[in-house]
Amino acid sequence: MATIELRQVEKKFGQLHAVKPMDLTIHHGEFVVLLGPSGCGKTTTLRMISGLEAVTGGHIYLDGRDVTWLHPSERDIAFVFQFFALYPHMTVLDNIRFPLQAQRVPRAEAEKRVSEIVKMLRIEHLLHLRPGSLSGGDQQRVALARALVRRPAAFLMDEPLGALDADLRESMRAEIKRLHIAHNATTVYVTHDQLEAMALGDRIVVMSAAEIQQVGSPAEVYYKPANLFVARFIGSPGMNLISGRYADGIVYLPGDNRYPVPESWRAPLAQSLKDGEVIIGFRPESAYIRENGALAARVYACDMHGAFNMIHLALGDETNIINVRVDRWVTCPVDAPLRFDIDPEAVRFFDPRTEKALRRSEAQ
Amino acid sequence: MAKFEEVGPHAPITESIRVDLVHPRARLGVTIRAVVAVVIVAIMLFPVIWLALTMVKTRPDAVAVPPKFIPYFPEGLLSDWCMVPQLNKDGTPKLGKDGQPVLKERDVCFDVTLEGIVGLFFERRTLTPAQQKQYMESPEFGWADRILLRRGLVITGPSEFVDRFRNSLIIAGTSTVLAVTFGLLAAYAFSRFDIQGKPDFLFFILSTRMLPPVVVTIPIFLMYRQLGIYDTHIGMILLYTVFNLSLSVWLLKGFLDEIPKEYEEAALVDGYSRMQAFRKVVLPQAATGIAATTVFCLIFAWNEYAFSLMLTSDVARTMPPSIASTQGAGGIEWAIIATASMLFLIPVVVITFALRQHLLRGVTFGAIRQ
Repeated sequence: MATIELRQVEKKFGQLHAVKPMDLTIHHGEFVVLLGPSGCGKTTTLRMISGLEAVTGGHIYLDGRDVTWLHPSERDIAFVFQFFALYPHMTVLDNIRFPLQAQRVPRAEAEKRVSEIVKMLRIEHLLHLRPGSLSGGDQQRVALARALVRRPAAFLMDEPLGALDADLRESMRAEIKRLHIAHNATTVYVTHDQLEAMALGDRIVVMSAAEIQQVGSPAEVYYKPANLFVARFIGSPGMNLISGRYADGIVYLPGDNRYPVPESWRAPLAQSLKDGEVIIGFRPESAYIRENGALAARVYACDMHGAFNMIHLALGDETNIINVRVDRWVTCPVDAPLRFDIDPEAVRFFDPRTEKALRRSEAQ
Repeated sequence: MAKFEEVGPHAPITESIRVDLVHPRARLGVTIRAVVAVVIVAIMLFPVIWLALTMVKTRPDAVAVPPKFIPYFPEGLLSDWCMVPQLNKDGTPKLGKDGQPVLKERDVCFDVTLEGIVGLFFERRTLTPAQQKQYMESPEFGWADRILLRRGLVITGPSEFVDRFRNSLIIAGTSTVLAVTFGLLAAYAFSRFDIQGKPDFLFFILSTRMLPPVVVTIPIFLMYRQLGIYDTHIGMILLYTVFNLSLSVWLLKGFLDEIPKEYEEAALVDGYSRMQAFRKVVLPQAATGIAATTVFCLIFAWNEYAFSLMLTSDVARTMPPSIASTQGAGGIEWAIIATASMLFLIPVVVITFALRQHLLRGVTFGAIRQ
């Protein structure tokens, strides 16, 4: 188990930054998820930690030891690949034993560790098969077993569930979570799936455009996104964002709507907005359809999601579409006028010029 | 509307197959393709079969017109059918002095002789008829000697064939191993590492194959003489290795490119050095490519004629030029040439056959994995 520290770590490909200088500390036993769209530098970051990619600047510390220029085999970390990378010419058993042979673990000890891991992951019956004949889920279990059997200082996982079916992905997610709880091993997990990130992470590092956008607990990144990117990226669908103009406690929104700003937000809004331009944000579940709601809109579409229905509302013209989550028995005809309210505790404000979230004094 | 029986398949479908392949029209196509395949096989096999027949023919039989293609053993297999009574002009069987009908060979038949096979392994000298008669009566000659004595030849010592064959094995074998080994290392470097000017290097390597070999034989001959490696095994191994290397690098690079680099990365984080990862993870997966490349290199080195003719005289001479220059006593010894050619085929056939599983997968490389 180990603490991983990145100090001003960067990766450049020519003049292009794949990862801009970043600082990040991953604590002992923590499950940290690197989340971001493809090409945001999350996998590159992971590969730099593993040593499969050389840094172009900065330092990486594992338990205080500078490992920046150590060979991947000397770092004592395990890597789980998206496409499993099980050695196709070896049986499952040989695959799992392979890292132990490199460490010259005595035979008896190796046997013991393999059988423990194999039992835990319920793959005893697969030991003498080739990886090619296994299902995706079993292949991933074998890949996890190969990583776990080493008892490394840290686990690095690069979209380990990305190649699985949706169904399997959820059950494997739970399995990974349980394994982490059982072993309490420092884990860095890369994914572009925000649901996976929320479900697994103790902390989420949201990355975009080669930079860290926000580091925080799943609740923090969900409820208090640091900027517009995080607000849009987290949640499915993402946060509703509407541009408006603030003046004297009211945000003027499209469609002649006037939104009375909650008391606690008035001061920060008045202070930080130069010309009153503001973006108001709220989650689909933080809006409520009410007959005498403060905001008026028109139904654009209404779709069923099983557990709930999602109503798409047009505010003013059809360039401002917001999503509102309603109970599953609520349905509306298209183009029907509706009124709704926003939960005053859940509303967020963003400065359109800096794209950053506005903060109020943290009293609530 | 046509009935199902008329347009549909003639038997229930029990496997995954495309509709056009079970359509009645497709059956004609299958027949045509089968016939074409049989014809092609016959054409391909004919030289080999002819070679096998020529091995056991006498010199007149080998060049007889019309050709003879049914072997028989005198007083043995097929002799009843091949020997027919000679007829008089009036159509009655001609009788010999003992009153038995006189027999003669059918035109298409020839009697099996081991002259060619024995002749290949031994040097021979022509005897006078008197000597031949005397030797035939001598008991000190073995069965091999007698085969040749019947033709008026006597064995004077072992031929060079065994040496030449061994030369071929040593030179082709060693150069193939070297070409594949070095090719593998170079291909791995080209496949995995960022090398300055990689495309230029690859083109340069390929360009060594662009000149026809004949063009460079004279310069190489002069260089080899200067270096003192003319007519040596080292010289020939070196030459064939260099010649095969370009093919080997290009072929193997294609195969190695197909192996995802994640496997090596997994081995690296599992605690292995790059060389260990190469040996334990890349090599086993490149087996198909290695097998295919080995066969290609071996076939080239084994069959190569022009260089061997120019750069060797005796010590390191390989089979191809020595087969072509097989000397007969007063004529071309077809049976000896056929026997030598047949033996020459065997090693390549054996190795290709042994590696056929890999080759079948090898020829589809680059198309589909798994």
